[in-house]
Amino acid sequence: MIKRTLPHLSRWLGLGITALLAGCKGGILDPKGQIAADEKSLIITATILMLLVVVPVIVMTIAFAWKYRASNESATYTPKWAHSGKIEAVVWIIPIIIVTFLAIVTWNSTHKLDPYRELDSSVKPINVQVVSLDWKWLFIYPDLNIASVNQLAFPANTPVNFKITSDAAMNSFFIPQLGGQIYSMAGMQTKLHLIANEAGSYDGMSANYSGAGFSGMKFKALAMNSQAEFDSWVQKVRAGQPLDAANYAALLKQSENNPVQYFSSVTPGLFYGVLNKYMAGHQTAMESGLSASQLKALSNSLCAPAAAKE
Amino acid sequence: MFGKLTLEAIPFHEPIIMGALSGAGLLGLALIAAITKFGKWGYLWKEWLTSVDHKKIGVMYIIVALVMLLRGFADALMMRTQLAMATGGAHGIFPPEHYDQIFTAHGVIMIIFMAMPFMTGLMNIVVPLQIGARDVAFPFLNSLSFWLLVASAALVNISLGVGEFAKTGWVAYPPLSELAYSPGVGVDYYIWALQISGIGTTLTAINFLVTILKMRAPGMKLMQMPIFTWTCTWANVLIVSSFPILTGALAMLTLDRYLDFHFFTSEAGGNPMMYLNLFWAWGHPEVYILVLPAFGIFSEVISTFSGKRLFGHTSMIIASGVISVLGFMVWLHHFFTMGSGASVNAFFGIATMVISVPTGVKLFNWLFTIFRGRLRFTAPVMWTLGFMITFSIGGMTGVLMAIPGADFVLHNSLFLIAHFHNTIIGGAVFGYLAGFAFWFPKAFGFKLNERLGKAAFWFWQSGFFFAFVPLYVLGFLGMTRRLNHTDNPLWTPWLYIACIGAVLIAIGIGCQLLQLFVSLRDRKQLADVSGDPWNGHTLEWSISSPPPFYNFATLPQVHDIDAFTDMKEKGVAYDIPKQYAPIHMPKNTAAGVYIGGFTLACGFALIWHIWWLAIVGLLGIVGSMLARAYDNDKDYYVQPEEIEAIERERFEKMGIDFDRYDERDSNNRPHKAKTLEQV
Repeated sequence: MIKRTLPHLSRWLGLGITALLAGCKGGILDPKGQIAADEKSLIITATILMLLVVVPVIVMTIAFAWKYRASNESATYTPKWAHSGKIEAVVWIIPIIIVTFLAIVTWNSTHKLDPYRELDSSVKPINVQVVSLDWKWLFIYPDLNIASVNQLAFPANTPVNFKITSDAAMNSFFIPQLGGQIYSMAGMQTKLHLIANEAGSYDGMSANYSGAGFSGMKFKALAMNSQAEFDSWVQKVRAGQPLDAANYAALLKQSENNPVQYFSSVTPGLFYGVLNKYMAGHQTAMESGLSASQLKALSNSLCAPAAAKE
Repeated sequence: MFGKLTLEAIPFHEPIIMGALSGAGLLGLALIAAITKFGKWGYLWKEWLTSVDHKKIGVMYIIVALVMLLRGFADALMMRTQLAMATGGAHGIFPPEHYDQIFTAHGVIMIIFMAMPFMTGLMNIVVPLQIGARDVAFPFLNSLSFWLLVASAALVNISLGVGEFAKTGWVAYPPLSELAYSPGVGVDYYIWALQISGIGTTLTAINFLVTILKMRAPGMKLMQMPIFTWTCTWANVLIVSSFPILTGALAMLTLDRYLDFHFFTSEAGGNPMMYLNLFWAWGHPEVYILVLPAFGIFSEVISTFSGKRLFGHTSMIIASGVISVLGFMVWLHHFFTMGSGASVNAFFGIATMVISVPTGVKLFNWLFTIFRGRLRFTAPVMWTLGFMITFSIGGMTGVLMAIPGADFVLHNSLFLIAHFHNTIIGGAVFGYLAGFAFWFPKAFGFKLNERLGKAAFWFWQSGFFFAFVPLYVLGFLGMTRRLNHTDNPLWTPWLYIACIGAVLIAIGIGCQLLQLFVSLRDRKQLADVSGDPWNGHTLEWSISSPPPFYNFATLPQVHDIDAFTDMKEKGVAYDIPKQYAPIHMPKNTAAGVYIGGFTLACGFALIWHIWWLAIVGLLGIVGSMLARAYDNDKDYYVQPEEIEAIERERFEKMGIDFDRYDERDSNNRPHKAKTLEQV
């Protein structure tokens, strides 16, 4: 075992350092979209600001400890000196100044990077409704009337507007290279706005632990080169089965490392039906385009909440 | 008859668990056999288990903390091993069913059953001594708090062999922790263990606040209290105000799980997010509860070993207070990703980074305490310097995550894991270990072996960087927490390095166990006869090591922040009074042990729905309390002759002539200090 691991280890060590030097390929320091790029530069700005205090503290710790070591009898020794208005003023004011700067940066960036804020773009955004299930992701394209499981696709340079809920425990919808994450919660809807500025296949995952199959709750986010490429993906999806109440019931069954699935059509208002399953009869029509009674019937048809199945 | 409990609850088919259980069982049997062989049961029962002496209770708290540290660290080793093995499509040695319990248990044990008792233990031993008191305000309550902790820690350990522990993560977020997603007994173990220990903690905090406010030595003004006592005071204020929130949140989760309520369920009007809010309204103050006393320890250590007064004593007290108040205003930063509005997120983000101001002030105050001092590089100082460097980094990554825009990519990632281990290990645990080495001679009368203490520090410090810097990197590489296995080749090398780090820390812990053994063996050479091995500043160093059971033969008069240094300078540190007055002391009681035992039975019964046993447990608790309440034989007076004999022995050991006063007069009271019975 050890014999096998050691050469492995040195090889991986070398690889790892190369990877770090190459700029954290595939992580949040290798952003592929505007939001993620802004978040990366925010991290770097804030870190530099804070290093202005942290580096002197570390240097002073080592320098003071060394200079005033007990064996250094030539250093000044003032056992009763314990107060200095000037030093007190400086040690309170310097952190206050830095935190003030950081606070301004925080206030502005939080509004700019608010996941609920729609992105400024001349391109018409694409809408995706996301449902986290045990343990897979369902993506519904309401405008295209298709759906997919564990695979998300959209054209690059097109804003994507996500509406997110859960039909299981709480998860967190996260595509590190595109930035941002937001919780998916049963009975509640969250929003996220992302964009990919470069075509590619990016890792997506649930960032919030949700039970035994959580580690396999991954998907690929495919940012397509062109609208044409996206259209052909849509055609591929249309070859699948329809996502009706029966097929949705099958999706509700717990599964781990669920393969990619495509659905040719989606029962209208399905996402809102899922949202309203947890409303104990107090359904509101919201933006579903359905009447309250239609929505109620739809929610009921999507079987009892996962909770009641056990 | 036995509720949900059947023989199937015992995981006979799990070799790892059965191995661990039989190992623990053998150790337990060996311990019992040894105690029986040396005939120590009576001694153990009379002198320790039923003791209401704050020093002995403190020692027992720390023993529990160290045992649980080993258990929690074993979990950590298993997690790192699993993640180092389960790469590239491999699934490692622990399936999710088992692994999810390990990371949940690791978090719960390290926070609630390692850090909290360690902190409480140090506070128990030191605070009454620092303020010149003879015990805490409510000695029996103190014993009860300890036994409630033992009962809850026992529940966590029982879950290893009977049934399962929660598979929810240490935060137990609903709806995952609700019956619908966690139908087993794991979450019930979690609920009752936390609930029982939480009640014990709340009682401790009340006890110490009263002690600190009402039982300080004559002359000790609030702003003259030693800094460790002050930081413990703030921590106790935080406990009293935050633990009831946890108690309430857990009670509501209990109602959901036992009586079909819907506080936190997804459906029927429940709101899981309310639990998140309540949990962190307790959980964030909790981290300051852990770290503030550690800050106090660093302050004591650095001023003692610099041979200097602490720089900015008042400033330190204010900074700790600001941290405590702000600690209550930041809980939402644990879930910026819930989808609150930008202004709400920005408010909580900015409130969080404001905390770095008083924390930064503290760091500078420690630096200026070293400045123009004479720093002796003992093991406690090594822990402190290591802390100052490590914690600065942890503070920085914390502020970084307080910026919502940054948190959206760092939340729930291994960056977060690295951050909070950076502050809790580099802050709280280093502090407790510094305090352990610093006050060990006070509690036991001999010092710890310095070489092994320093070796332990270096292994812990280097192990920390090896274990957690890779986690920062993995966070940047997009790896999220609580994964059971991974298949990203870029992550693999960092997981290997982190595993090496865990092994280094294991060697550090090994050094500490060896240090205890070696120091016990060499206790004669390491003996502390003077009671003041480090040239200390505060009152605990003015009495013998270990202190007599009544602590102070006469209550000291305080005139300065560094009360004992002041006495030494005035030449009155070892003055012997003309005569001693009787001392009022509490008697030992077994009531705490009984109530703890009944609580354990009741908790276990509630977990397994064994209702008759739950009722028996509850009646036992109430009955023991009533019996204790109507027991009039609770206290006694230590007579002057006994005190004189004990003090004579101490001073003769130190080579001080006890009979230097020839005008001893038994009719006059020797001093004007208030005795305990007058208080």
